Amino acid sequence: MTEVPLGAEQPFRLSMLVYDRRYRSMTFQVIVFILVMALGWWLVNNTIRNLAALGKDFNFGFLFQRAGYDIPQRLIPYSSDDTHLRATIVGLLNTILISFMGCVAATILGVAIGIARLSHNWLFARLMAIYVEVFRNIPLLLWILIIYAIFTDVLPPPNAYRGDDPQWSMIFFDQVALTNRYTAVPAFGMSNDPGTIDLGARITVNLALIAFLVVIIGGWIARRAILARAQAIQDRTGHRPVTWWINLAVMTVPSVLLIWYFGLHLLAPELKGFNFSGGNNLNNALVVLWLALTLYTGAFIAEIVRGGVLAVSKGQTEAAFALGLRPKATMNLVILPQALRVIIPPLISQYLNLTKNSSLAIAVGYMDLRGTLGGTTQNQTGRELESIVLMMLIYLVLSLIISAGMNAFNRSVRLKER
Amino acid sequence: MSNPNHGPDAYLREEMLPEMPPPARETGMVKWLHENLFSGPVNAGLTVLGLLIVWFLFDHFYPWFAHSVWNASSLPECRKIIAETWGEGAGGACFAVIRERWNQYIYGFYPPGLYWRPTLVFGLLFVALAPILFSISRNIRRIVLMTAAIATLLSLVALNTPSIWLGVAVAIFAVALLVAERHQMWLLGFSAFYPLLGVWLIWGGSFWWIIMILAGMGFGWLAFIIAGRLSPLLAGSSAIVVTLLVWVFLSGDAAKDAENLYSLAITRVDSEAIGGFLLAITIGVAGITMSLPLGIVLALARRSDMFLVSSLAVIFIEFIRGVPLITLLFVAQLLLNYFLPPGTSFDIVLRVIIMVTLFAAAYMAEVIRGGLAALPAGQYEAADALGLDYWKAQRLIVLPQALKISIPGIVSTFIGMFKDTTLVAFVGLYEPLKNISDAVRANIEWKGIYWEPFIFVGAIFFIICFSMSRYSMYLERRLQRDNR
Repeated sequence: MTEVPLGAEQPFRLSMLVYDRRYRSMTFQVIVFILVMALGWWLVNNTIRNLAALGKDFNFGFLFQRAGYDIPQRLIPYSSDDTHLRATIVGLLNTILISFMGCVAATILGVAIGIARLSHNWLFARLMAIYVEVFRNIPLLLWILIIYAIFTDVLPPPNAYRGDDPQWSMIFFDQVALTNRYTAVPAFGMSNDPGTIDLGARITVNLALIAFLVVIIGGWIARRAILARAQAIQDRTGHRPVTWWINLAVMTVPSVLLIWYFGLHLLAPELKGFNFSGGNNLNNALVVLWLALTLYTGAFIAEIVRGGVLAVSKGQTEAAFALGLRPKATMNLVILPQALRVIIPPLISQYLNLTKNSSLAIAVGYMDLRGTLGGTTQNQTGRELESIVLMMLIYLVLSLIISAGMNAFNRSVRLKER
Repeated sequence: MSNPNHGPDAYLREEMLPEMPPPARETGMVKWLHENLFSGPVNAGLTVLGLLIVWFLFDHFYPWFAHSVWNASSLPECRKIIAETWGEGAGGACFAVIRERWNQYIYGFYPPGLYWRPTLVFGLLFVALAPILFSISRNIRRIVLMTAAIATLLSLVALNTPSIWLGVAVAIFAVALLVAERHQMWLLGFSAFYPLLGVWLIWGGSFWWIIMILAGMGFGWLAFIIAGRLSPLLAGSSAIVVTLLVWVFLSGDAAKDAENLYSLAITRVDSEAIGGFLLAITIGVAGITMSLPLGIVLALARRSDMFLVSSLAVIFIEFIRGVPLITLLFVAQLLLNYFLPPGTSFDIVLRVIIMVTLFAAAYMAEVIRGGLAALPAGQYEAADALGLDYWKAQRLIVLPQALKISIPGIVSTFIGMFKDTTLVAFVGLYEPLKNISDAVRANIEWKGIYWEPFIFVGAIFFIICFSMSRYSMYLERRLQRDNR
């Protein structure tokens, strides 16, 4: 190949900044840089002038003032005497709670519906298709409002459950009572309560919860180790030891022992006087939002699951059958690993969407991050600039954390290219 | 193999057996039922479950729909009619609220005398869309235009449109129908002009503004021609600079003076008056038309070799995608006044449209980036080998294919954005789902009516979104060039 030193010996001219491809991109970036800087300076300058005109400053000191409002649904102790910062944290925890509950339930519902839509049963597949299309094509806000209207207008007050022949009866084996003020669900009770430990800042965690977490994570690690050992033995001798009962034992026996040790049992809610007590009375805002987010996102996840399974070509199933694999093994070893690769990336964005959509809590008055920091705190202190900027940053960090975690999971199931 | 020379073997059949009908299980209805509904115990169970669901829905909702009342002026009257017709205790829908409050659901608080203006804009939308969405089939175009023309003209007559505007509408539709037969691409000129016309007709004000905006573009075009003789790069930048200069420094005063000289104004309508589906569709259409080009630019910027450009695009896209739309709407409502020079205040609907557009554009950029990434590298290399420069390569080779791949994603972004227009309820605008329905319920006559408005609004959203997704499937099929 002959080297043609284009432009190498040409002296630099000013016009080359525009016409020479090597310099043009530099020129362009310098122009963009100047424009962006100018825009940024303009915005900051305007903000400073506007704040000065209003006699305000930009500081987050308000976060340490007394909040003075109540939050009905909270995961950590909070009273109206606490600071705005604590209210913000309560709100953030509520956002995380509803997002987590929504993601779990929507995944279960979506997988079930997605597979049901693939069923050979004509009627059932059609019904599921109608469900998916109806929920995907109507705004989430409408579903929230409809379910909210059902809870406030159709459901009875708690005393409708009273008497020998009540107008309403509890559902799920007399464990759950739906009322127009709250949803009464069973609570966990322990006859041998180990007490709590204090994490500081009035946050306490029950020791039993920690014990269960340790046991479950330990069981999971032990299961990995057992499977790895079984694989090693199989590689060495060609025979795979039977492990399923050891796995089952490792995963369940410690938990069962803990349940027995702590005397864990369910406390069903009972109607006492005008209200249910004994169980947990869940805030209806939480239940409504959770149902709506689940039903709405579930429809999207169903389509993702269906698309993922359909994306695995039929030849894969046939090849697996030709190798003599049974249908269950085919599903577990051939179809699912390939379908998961297609399913997970869009699933991540559905989880992110659900988290962001949880800010529609505004429609039912659920006090999430937007309701506390971006709502009452912002209104009371008049610090809309600080509140909204901080709220957006928190949402951004939350989204980035979720997508980082899910992307790590995605990498672990991705096709290992050699 | 038998040998014909040796005569027939004894075990061979000489003649065909008569055809037998297939077994009863293998034909018609029975076969279909067996295969699709009762092929095994699980399947049969699912069928029974499905039937139970259908029966449950039918049993619960059919009487309610069957007893619906369409003619009443209040909820108590509705309930009285239902009780009289179907007996005490019978439930029934009261769709009379839709009939009574139809105009409010469609136009919000727009002045009743001026309803014809948004109606005309909506009808002309189909003329503007015809060369873009229905460019493939002349028959479909004809049907769409004819239907739009007849429906719009009938509504205009019903809404007491001034006769001069009726004439204008008839003329536009007639010309559009004729032009669409042979030279449909000419209609693109109308599509380009349509946004200005629509804004003017909905918000009202002086037509001189529109003329001055067009004049700015005209000056820009002149600059383009003149500077183009010197250098092509100079032409583009000078066109942009001249247009902006004319708009910023000249258009406003010129429009005011011209208006004083000779008035071309129609009644102004405040943004707060715009509501209902008029608002949802205005935000939706504006967001859709602006987010696609912006999304393309962002996607190209994110894939650019220039470090600064791509990192700015990444920051913008990831920031917008990381926060809920509702927070952006709060920025539009509460914070924009901080970011703009003191004393400026601009229209809340416009602010919301800008935010919705930016939001949709970030998602659009990711969808299009997926399409760009899915394009085989050979296409980029082939474009380079042909000696095309960057923009030509993008315009002629890369984007047409990348956009085609991303159609499903683009349309789902559109659908998502249209559904998200309901969120403007939380910045105090009268969108149909929440605030209009609340306004209807605020009246003593319709206090406590929930389900009928929800069903009505939900049905309209469903129709629009479902047709968009069907259209995208149709488009995908039409644009498919390979035989997979």
